[in-house]
Amino acid sequence: MKAEENHGNTKKFGMVIDLDVCTGCGSCMVACMAENNVPFRKDESDKLKSITWMRVYKLSNGKPYPETDICYLPRPCQHCEGHEGHSPCVSVCPATATDYDMQTGIVSQIYTRCFGCRYCMAACPYHARYFNWYDPVWPKGMEKYLNPDVSVRMRGVVEKCSFCIQRYQAAKNRAFMEGKADIEEGDYQTACTQACPAGAITFGDLNNPAHAVYKLKKQPNAFRLLERLGTNPKIYYLSSREWVRRAGDNYLKNEGPAKIG
Amino acid sequence: MKIDRRSFLSLGIGVAAGTAFSPLPWKLMDDVSIWTQNWPWTPVPAKGESTWVNSVCTLCPGSCGISVRKVDDRGVKIEGMKDHPVNQGGICSLGLAGLQLLYSPDRVKTPLKRAGKRGEGKWVSISWDQAISEVAGKLKELITGGQAHTVAGITGGGPNTLSRLFKRFLTAYGSPNFFNIPSIDDSYRLALQMMNGATPDATVGLDLENTDFILSFGCGLLDGWGSPVHMFKTNTAWRKTQARVIQIEPRLSRTAAKAYQWIPITPGSEGALALGIANVLITESLYRKDFVDNYTSGFEGVVNASGELQKGFKQHVLDNFSPKAVSELTGLDPAAITLLAREFAKAKAPIALFGRGQGKLPGSMDEALAIHALNMLMGAINQKGGIYALPTPDSQTWPVVPPDAVADSGVKEPRLDGASSDAYSRLNQLPPAVLSGKPYPLNALLVMEANPLYTMSNSKAVQEAFDKIPLVVSFSSFMDETAQNSDLILPNHIYLERQEDAPLPAGFSKPVISLSKAVFKPLHNTQHAGDTLILLAKGLGGSVAETLPWKDFEACLKQAMGDKMEPLQKTGYWVNTGAVFPDGKTTFTTPSGKFEFASSAFCPGFTPVKIEGDASYPLLLIPYDTMRLASGYAANPPFDTKILEETILLHQDGLIEINPKTAQSMGLSENDRVLLQTPRGQANVLIHLEEGIMPGVIALPRGLGHTAYDAYIAGKGVNLNGLTGPVADPISGLDAAWGIKAKLSKA
Repeated sequence: MKAEENHGNTKKFGMVIDLDVCTGCGSCMVACMAENNVPFRKDESDKLKSITWMRVYKLSNGKPYPETDICYLPRPCQHCEGHEGHSPCVSVCPATATDYDMQTGIVSQIYTRCFGCRYCMAACPYHARYFNWYDPVWPKGMEKYLNPDVSVRMRGVVEKCSFCIQRYQAAKNRAFMEGKADIEEGDYQTACTQACPAGAITFGDLNNPAHAVYKLKKQPNAFRLLERLGTNPKIYYLSSREWVRRAGDNYLKNEGPAKIG
Repeated sequence: MKIDRRSFLSLGIGVAAGTAFSPLPWKLMDDVSIWTQNWPWTPVPAKGESTWVNSVCTLCPGSCGISVRKVDDRGVKIEGMKDHPVNQGGICSLGLAGLQLLYSPDRVKTPLKRAGKRGEGKWVSISWDQAISEVAGKLKELITGGQAHTVAGITGGGPNTLSRLFKRFLTAYGSPNFFNIPSIDDSYRLALQMMNGATPDATVGLDLENTDFILSFGCGLLDGWGSPVHMFKTNTAWRKTQARVIQIEPRLSRTAAKAYQWIPITPGSEGALALGIANVLITESLYRKDFVDNYTSGFEGVVNASGELQKGFKQHVLDNFSPKAVSELTGLDPAAITLLAREFAKAKAPIALFGRGQGKLPGSMDEALAIHALNMLMGAINQKGGIYALPTPDSQTWPVVPPDAVADSGVKEPRLDGASSDAYSRLNQLPPAVLSGKPYPLNALLVMEANPLYTMSNSKAVQEAFDKIPLVVSFSSFMDETAQNSDLILPNHIYLERQEDAPLPAGFSKPVISLSKAVFKPLHNTQHAGDTLILLAKGLGGSVAETLPWKDFEACLKQAMGDKMEPLQKTGYWVNTGAVFPDGKTTFTTPSGKFEFASSAFCPGFTPVKIEGDASYPLLLIPYDTMRLASGYAANPPFDTKILEETILLHQDGLIEINPKTAQSMGLSENDRVLLQTPRGQANVLIHLEEGIMPGVIALPRGLGHTAYDAYIAGKGVNLNGLTGPVADPISGLDAAWGIKAKLSKA
């Protein structure tokens, strides 16, 4: 099982997000919504019901003025590997609507299988999953901009970040047409990575030493969210500020941030 | 059989268990879920051939290159253009949501004529012929009545060809009243003009990539200042070169949070701090003496008009701005000021920048000159990593047509804003002039690519002024506040539907022109505003028609761009790589022939801006800018409003940032509803406690409180401009206000 757990020689897509560089501008959120046909409503200020596959959180060091410091943290689906692909959501889904792909490490979501029990939402420690409480409705004419590569979700199903899997499929098709054996790093990038004006997000194959993420995830400043839960997520964060790294988990005062792995 | 409680319960449980173990509920649930998932009203996007078209985004002056993905005729995604020199593939949240503006059902789809009262929202569709002849007819009437000069035009398009054509139209018609929307760019241009002798039409160049110490006096470098995406890219590069950003402002903005150091000071005292730093640089001899001695004047002394020698910049700063004196004004420790000055001087290529937030307002000239004096002390003028005036791209070869008698006398009339030329439009002076009818009443206003009714401060007075103007014509394709309060709307194509040049983004180091393309065929019965102007000129006839002789805007643009048109059409942008930093001796023409710290006309000092409000207003209200809120001509598209934090907008209510200590002293807690009052207006807001703001200061974002556009933005939050008012700067006459006094009371 060991080889399978580490995906052997297969791909394991992941992200490294540099929080020192991220400015919290929100481009990644809009890029994601525009790419993935995410609907919107007139009032989106109830963030529990606001569907944002990518959400930027604002962290604060909690100190009073003028010692206050803030940091922004973009949170896509963490695509947890767990152990042997047992990510929290996959383990609880009664409909096999969400699955862990051993070829790519992507946690998928198949909308037509989902019957909306929302067990996965309860299981996800990252609040990365969203339920369609309402019919997706676009103002008249605006449905024209919908992306044909991504299906529009109906009311009553759960959705989440897919690492823009349609882009992976398109990249594979292109590579096949061009007679290439495999896709290259630049061929498959998520919408948020591409849009980020600060260049804070790096995306690639965590198993491939030639990819930028391979080296970045090993930086001493790297950490993952809720490391100690054993979810084994594939989103790595970098921060030079210790209080930010500590904010990645519920540490006690006398504890230091956990090491990765 | 008697049904007792016991048998009733066991029967019930039995039925429930039996049903549960039968396939019935599961089958039903499955059927129901399949049924719900096949509801026909969930759209299925049509497939088709996928293509990419490159263009440029002109939603803000940033001018980022964009790649638009089309599936057949539909636009499905806007992304940053990978190799564009300005944004290198990055794109902001507004640019990403551009298709929501294109496909919005609330666009102005055809020329409209007001049917009900102004602002009532009752319109009749008219043909383009009728629209042109109505406007041309009204303009002709004014010529006949000798009132050509009583027409004004406002444009927010920046220095592009369409704006130049608009100005040319007004000049040929006989009106001196051409207005640009003023911004911090005006203050930079004026500072370079006064101190460095640049020409008023020069663009400010900032070689930010090569600086290693950025002293930012409140500039929202990561909040939309300059060319926003370019600034983000530059900031990431600064991380690698370990350049330090020092952010000086009373609020922990995104820029401050990302900066090497955040220094909160008393709002409005930025100029004093700059002079305090200058004091330390001079006292400790830390400034670049070779540069100051050889290339500047006014440092040691100034000869005044009557030939007497007066105190120069040096003595002025030494006498009045010791760290101790500045400490009292800024609230900073004297030692901190000294330390900051030493760090600034230690850097290889330091630069000092001004312009609060996104630089929406020109600000105080005194402050601009004081801060720019720091660049002069460090020799950061026309140097790598410094500030310089970029030459204006080659003059356009438009034909010169002599004006007729009406135009000749009309343009000689004084401007309504009292400015001597349109180089620095004092737009804030327009509403009072309209209200007083002096020097003459305004009879017609043409508004292009701007929404002054929303973006100008002191909304109440602006609305009253609008009510007094007999004819307001809007060229907007958005049903914005100005369009809603106009008499005729002659809708322009939106930026994705028209060809247009987008010149020099603010604060870029090289002259760049980009070309926006008609990525889409116009969706509605709109018309390029350039074509509309040419048709209006034809309708007016005479020398106006001769001055705009082109058959359409495309021909006019081609002639304006000259040999740049070919590279523009090929790559989408043109970079003047051969532009050398202007040589001080040839380009700069100050009276002394040198860069001037002070002259008989000016000396950088500290005159606090007279912020409105008396002692009954104990708090200071300051505006802030965020990348998630568009606050210019374009309003937030739905996606951008969706990503607004619930600490900025909660349902329909805007939130005001206040330090918990200040709130506590007033007995206020999170999400309390309060009445916010300023001398200019009042509004209901909710409290948001924020540690990152100076006690006694409260902050509201720009970009909310729309009354027009669509249901996704209208009626949400508070328009800051309804609570603030302009304060005329004594030097420039532009708006120098940075805030206003305010009070809060429980609502």
